Formats: sequence, C-alpha cells, structure tokens
Amino acid sequence: MKHHIVLRVVTKIMIPLIVIYALYIQFHGEYGPGGGFQAGIIFSAGFIIFSLIFGLDVAQEAIPPEATRLLAAFGVLLYIGIGLACILLGGQFLEYKVLLANDQAGETLGIIGIELGVGITVAAVALTLFYAFAGRERE
Amino acid sequence: MGLVQLHLPAFQVILPMLAAPLVMLMARSPRAAWATATLVSWLSLAISLMLLVRVQAEGVVTYHMGGWLPPVGIEYRVDSVNILVLLVISFISAVVMPFARQSVASEVREDKHGYFYAAFLLANCGLLGIAITGDAFNIFVFFEIAALASYSLIATGRERQAVMASYQYLMMGTIGTTFLLIGIGFLYIMTGTLNLMDLAARLPEVNDTRTVRAALAFIVVGISLKLALFPLHLWLPNAYAYAPSMVTVFLSATATKVAIYVLMRFIFGVFGHELSFNELEMNLLLMPLAMLGILIPSIVAIFHTNIKRMFAYSSVAQVGYIILGISFASTLGLMASVLHLFNHAITKAALFMALGCIAYRLGGVSLIHMTGAGQRMPWTMTAFVIAGLSLIGVPLTAGFVTKWHLILAALDGGLWPIAVFLLGTSVLALLYVWRVVEVAFFRPPLRRIKVREAPLSLLLPTWFLTLACLYFGIETSLPVGLAERAAEALMGGYP
Repeated sequence: MKHHIVLRVVTKIMIPLIVIYALYIQFHGEYGPGGGFQAGIIFSAGFIIFSLIFGLDVAQEAIPPEATRLLAAFGVLLYIGIGLACILLGGQFLEYKVLLANDQAGETLGIIGIELGVGITVAAVALTLFYAFAGRERE
Repeated sequence: MGLVQLHLPAFQVILPMLAAPLVMLMARSPRAAWATATLVSWLSLAISLMLLVRVQAEGVVTYHMGGWLPPVGIEYRVDSVNILVLLVISFISAVVMPFARQSVASEVREDKHGYFYAAFLLANCGLLGIAITGDAFNIFVFFEIAALASYSLIATGRERQAVMASYQYLMMGTIGTTFLLIGIGFLYIMTGTLNLMDLAARLPEVNDTRTVRAALAFIVVGISLKLALFPLHLWLPNAYAYAPSMVTVFLSATATKVAIYVLMRFIFGVFGHELSFNELEMNLLLMPLAMLGILIPSIVAIFHTNIKRMFAYSSVAQVGYIILGISFASTLGLMASVLHLFNHAITKAALFMALGCIAYRLGGVSLIHMTGAGQRMPWTMTAFVIAGLSLIGVPLTAGFVTKWHLILAALDGGLWPIAVFLLGTSVLALLYVWRVVEVAFFRPPLRRIKVREAPLSLLLPTWFLTLACLYFGIETSLPVGLAERAAEALMGGYP
C-alpha cells in the first residue's frame, strides 16, 4: 500500500481519533452508552486499520501476538482481582463500595476498574483473532 | 475459613474463572498448566461438598452478587436440586483431570495444552455457573461461556473432522441459546424481572397471554437443542466422536445434564407443572419425542463401527430416558430423571474413559481396533464391560437403579405400555454393548504388535468411576435421597 498516499495520510489522521474515541467510550461508559466491550472493539478496529494500511509486520512490531494473549489474560485477571479485593475488604464479590472509604468513590473505582479489564481483554482477543486470520499463510 | 464459608457459592464459579487466565499464561509449560487445572478441579469438588453440607443444614444457600439484593441483583441460589448438578459437574471434572494428563498429551498438540486446559476450566466455570445461578439472563450468559469453551475443546481433536464437528455444534448451539434468550426476553417483557424466583411469583398473573406461552415454547425448544433431545440431536454424535477422549468424557457427563437441569428448572420451577403439563399438555410433546429418542438412536447405535460414535448415539437415547421421566410430570418420574442425571453421568464417563484408554494404546476406537482387546488390555475391557452393564441397566449397577425407578414411575402413572417399552429398549443397549464385547473378547488379536495394558494414570480414574457404578448400584441411599428431595422441591415450584 506504499503508493496509496491518500489512504496513508487519511489513516494517519484517523487512527488517533479512533483511539481517543475508544478511550472516551471506555471511561464514559458509566454515564452514557458504551463500556468496556464497545471500547475494546473500537480500539482494535483502529489498530486493524493500521495493519491493513501499513502491513502486518509493522503492526506486530507494535503489538506482538504474544502480547495480545498476555493482555487477554490480564484483563480477566483484573476483573476477577477487583472482585476478590471486594471480598477481602469485607463485601460480597464485586461489591465495589467497600473498595474506598467513600461508598460512591468506591463504586466508581470498581466499575471503572472492571470495565478497563473488559476493554483490555476484548481489544486483545479481537486482535488475536485478527492476527490468527491474517497470519494463516505464514505458518 | 469463615471467609470461604461465607462466599462458597461465589467461589464455586470464580475459582475456575480465575484459574483459566492463569493457566493460559502457563502455555509454555503443559505440566504446570495441567497441575493447576487439576488442583482447581479438586478444590471445586471440595467447595461443592461444603455447599452440600450447608444445603443439608440450612435448606437453601443464597449469595447476592455485588451486594445487590434480588430480584434486582443477580442471586446465586443453591437448593436441593442444583446441589446435585454441581456435585456431578465438579465430581466428574475432579476425576477426569488425573485422566487428562497422558490422554491429552497423546491426543492434543503440545503447544496447545495451556489453552486446552484454560478452555476446560472455562467450560467448567460456565457449567457450574448455569447450575448455581438464580437469574435467567445469567443462565444464558453462562450457557454461552460453557458452549464457546466446549466448541474450542472439541476442535482440538486429532482428526480434521473435529473442526467441522465443532462448527456444527457451534451453529446448533448458537441457535439453541438464541431461542433461550428470546424466551427469556419475552418473560422479561411480561414481568419486568429476570430472577427465577420472582418470575415464578409473577407469571401466574400473565399466564394466559400468548407472549408467555411463546416464551415457554422458545425456551423448551432452545434448551432441547442444547440437551440433544431427538430430533434436535444431530450435532452431538460428531462432536463426541471427534473430540479428544477427555473432552468426550467431560461433556458427555456434564454438558447435556446441565441443560436438562435448566429445562426442569424452567418447566417445573418457573412455569410450574400446572401450566406446563395440565394446561399446555407438554407431556404429549415430550413423551413421544423421548420414546422416539430412545428407540431410534439406540437402533442407529447398533450399526456403527466407530465405538465412540456408537456411544454418542447411546447418549442421545439416555437423554430420552431422562426426558421420559420428566414427561410423567410426577414426583416419582422426576426423581427417576434426577437420579439418572447422576447415574448416567458416572456410567457414560466410565465408558468413555475406557474408550480413552483404548484410543491411547490402540490408536483408534473402531471395532477393528478392538479385535482381541480383551486379551491385550484385560483391565480396561473389564471396566468397559461393567460400565456397559450399568448402561444396559443390569441389577447391582447404577443404571439398574434408575431403570427401576423409571418403571415404578411409569406403573404409578398407569402407563404400563411404557414400562414394557423400557424393558424392551434395554435389549437394544445390550445389543450394541455386546457387539463390542464379542469383538474384544471372543476374537483373537489381529496383529502381532504388542499392546500393553493402559498406563495407571488412565486406568485408575476409569476404575474409580466403574466401581462408583457398582457402589451406587448397591448402596443407593445417597443419590436416591438427594434425588427424592430434588424432585419434591421441583414439583413444589419455587419455594
């Protein structure tokens, strides 16, 4: 795609916007439509465009396939870790209000934390799937 | 310890879910992945047993996820019905994990072991979740977790057809859970609640609407797909035949059983047997399908030469027995069904484990592979025969106990032709088990290649389950007592 200058330039402009939008959906999910799942998909979509235009090799240099698997596991662990932290602090599983002294602050921290876990896992799994299909011919 | 006791229902599900990503991170070391998964499956069994003790002492154990009170929040609710299902799942996975080490090593590519055990733990978590939750939407979510994990487990099979079998299962399974979701959606529209107990309380007001009846239809058809009720069973034989041995053992003993539990929960617990059977006469639908489901797959099984596929068809027939018990709509029939959930789980698991031993040593499970196997692998084949007798329903085995109670239930309902039918169909099971026995014991081994008895790590779990088939055929008080209480609770609707 080296000679498609328009595609390259437009993508370069688009990707930061897509990623910022993903982060907005991620951290605004509490107040409006959105949340970790949607944010993860949007983030990975931005990255998939990048690898379509600039090549899989460049993309895998930025986020190697092993990293996507690690991140996929990490997201789930973050989610469950927060749930277990709630139990250790004397609440039920995922009862966020015990996380901080202030109930409301605890709820916010908990929900943002688990949504972050969801977002990381979804983005990582979507990329893993993309890599698996894109890299099929090389094996 | 107090903390663990307090959060037992949550830990039952969280533990495998927590272990799955950890095991996935151990992909480099299959040994560590296996050891962790085994440890977790044993801890799960310990949790189930502790829950059993608490259920027997307190009646019902509930847990409010995130501290939200039901019916708004998600409630985990363990009563005398689902404790039995939890025990079956965690017992089978605790027995199958020691079996898995060598069996999986010989059947699954080594670089996939970490992911394999992670998927197994997720399937485990999903099945336990379906059984333990008291929330309709949560049931759907856990169905998907369990199903997605089992699709990938089946696809790791050695043969290329495994991928196709898994794909077939994916298509049928997705349709099934989608139907379930549509049904649950209808219920939510009509009642505004997803909590099963709350649903049971609010449904009588709106029972006469088409929406509720459509919901029942969607839920029954959707779950019937998942539990492989004839004629919606077509995904099952391939999935069981091409999956790795350990996966076949686990899924055949647990996956369809959990779906049957959900069916019972909905038609007896949520809709109530008055609506399901007296008004809508679902027995007129379920009974013929169950009988056809016993008859036709049993006959098909006789003509198969791939033994794993033969017993996959036999699983469809066994599901038929359980559904038949449900269709009697009586406490006795339900009790026989619940009992068969347990008895068939250990019987089929023992049979598929014996087949796993054969596949490990002989490289395949066709009738030809098994020629003379009785001389080469006497221990394996003896276990196979005993488990086979239990499948047929010979006295002193677990299978007999259920057949006995089913026949009692049929006679109690005045359905003596069905009692005769039950006895007759046992002969079909005898026929297909006998085909294997004949080839294995009464023909000389074909090749001169030396085949040794299966290794101990495969043989011990196989024999453990085989002896369990005998033990629960003689000492029946534990499963019968649990099943009795479960059936009474189900007939009473949601307490």
